[in-house]
Amino acid sequence: MRIIKNIGQYFGEIFHAIKSLLTGMKITGYYFFHPKEIVTQQYPENRDTLKMFDRFRGEVVLIHDSNNEHRCTGCSACELACPNGTIEIINKKEIDPETGKSTKAIDQFVYHLSMCTFCNLCIIACPTDAIKMAQTFEHSVFDRSKLTKVLNNPGSKLMPGIRE
Amino acid sequence: MSTEQTVLGNETQEYFINMGPQHPSTHGVLRLLLTLDGEIIRKVEPHMGYIHRSIEKMCEKDSYQQIVHLTDRMDYLSCHINNEAVCLTVEMGLQLEIPERVKVIRTIISELTRLASHQLWWGVMGMDLGAITGFLYGFRDRELITDIFEETCGARLTMNYNVPGGLMFDIHPNFQKRTKEFLAYFKKKLPEYEELLTGNVIFEERTKGIGYISKEDVISYGVTGPSGRGSGFACDIRKLHPYSAYDRVEFKEILYNEGDSYARYMVRMDEMKESMHIIDQLIDNIPEGDYKAKTKAVIKLPAGEYYQRVETARGELGVYIISDNKKSPYRVKFRSPGFSNLSALDTMAKGCKIADLVAMMSTLDLVIPDIDR
Repeated sequence: MRIIKNIGQYFGEIFHAIKSLLTGMKITGYYFFHPKEIVTQQYPENRDTLKMFDRFRGEVVLIHDSNNEHRCTGCSACELACPNGTIEIINKKEIDPETGKSTKAIDQFVYHLSMCTFCNLCIIACPTDAIKMAQTFEHSVFDRSKLTKVLNNPGSKLMPGIRE
Repeated sequence: MSTEQTVLGNETQEYFINMGPQHPSTHGVLRLLLTLDGEIIRKVEPHMGYIHRSIEKMCEKDSYQQIVHLTDRMDYLSCHINNEAVCLTVEMGLQLEIPERVKVIRTIISELTRLASHQLWWGVMGMDLGAITGFLYGFRDRELITDIFEETCGARLTMNYNVPGGLMFDIHPNFQKRTKEFLAYFKKKLPEYEELLTGNVIFEERTKGIGYISKEDVISYGVTGPSGRGSGFACDIRKLHPYSAYDRVEFKEILYNEGDSYARYMVRMDEMKESMHIIDQLIDNIPEGDYKAKTKAVIKLPAGEYYQRVETARGELGVYIISDNKKSPYRVKFRSPGFSNLSALDTMAKGCKIADLVAMMSTLDLVIPDIDR
């Protein structure tokens, strides 16, 4: 608490106070009359043109090519790298029609989006670059069970030459 | 009438009130039990644990690569610096030689994180004192930094860009250009911050001389970071124990001796200029080289104890790892700055009014997940 000694100081402080308030008002007034400098995005309206950065981590996807083939060998490196148990890989035995040998292949690549922290460790761990982070971000659903996804397409196969 | 009333007479009676856990100005779930005499605060007792997630315990089952992403969730406003602290500790244990490029990039992003954190703090500080304008201005400028992070690191807040041994991937080709654009932009916008809040008469009346804490108290409570430096305690880890690329840049350690809310405010305002000065020196001199040193897929630290300190936007963060030569640590302890800073709140607030407590907490820059972990 300051002690006011004389009338000059009293009015001086009032003048200083009004001046400081006007300094702040000058800034807000400037932006009021320069609407072009406003930086907000009109999000739901600009969905068509909105492009996320390439490295943005939205969700894990298994890359499929046009022949419905993926690069996942079912080695479970991503499952081990994941800190939260987000990825579950269920393997099956498959018999190669040409050689007749039984090989390991993925049956289901289960991804629990609700547990994912988007740390990117699974992507780094993958030895065959089978998974990547997609740039989607609208993940809200009405039912929690919809957040558990099977990433491999039905009927998809391992791309030839990956296992070697 | 009854005897009780005659005894009380004009005397006042102390009473308790709960501030929080759901109070907008505590910035999270922090409960303060206030002992009040009218409007005057007699005692402040913080009650914590509302968002305790046992991060230290979870670290004991995770591998060293996985620990890093948990520290994002402690002090989420300086997450890159937290990541760096863990990585530096692990690298110290492995005695890894880190490429110069990694050190410089880490320092630049750390300083950008500090800038973003202080911008958000400045905006929220204005909001706590009743000025919504500041909040929007602070977030407007912070948005540009989060864009830089999103492009290079892949996330805006919980970036997880560090891995033990280096970085997750190299910087984006646009990184240098964007950072320079931001610096040029923000150098013009920082004076706006000063005009809006620093000289404002309402702001000055509510912060000058309020929430005083002496240098002795600051040292005994272990208050670090800008809050400690506002009382004249030279505690900048970047100066005292330089890590990463801080040994090759020139910057001032901001010290104010007043010890009140205004001094703590001014420390952060000046730190923003120093952060920009540091980035200015480094952004054109990123050395060529690898973005990651070679590490094994399964990291096992040699048995022993390792401790590393870094300067986050809030103060000194210490990471203490005890290893027994397994793939996850035996024990991890984080010395978080928010916890120690909060302990000084009682000393600061004694004799002040409730409205001043909000300003004090704001200048301490509390992040509740950092306190609870």
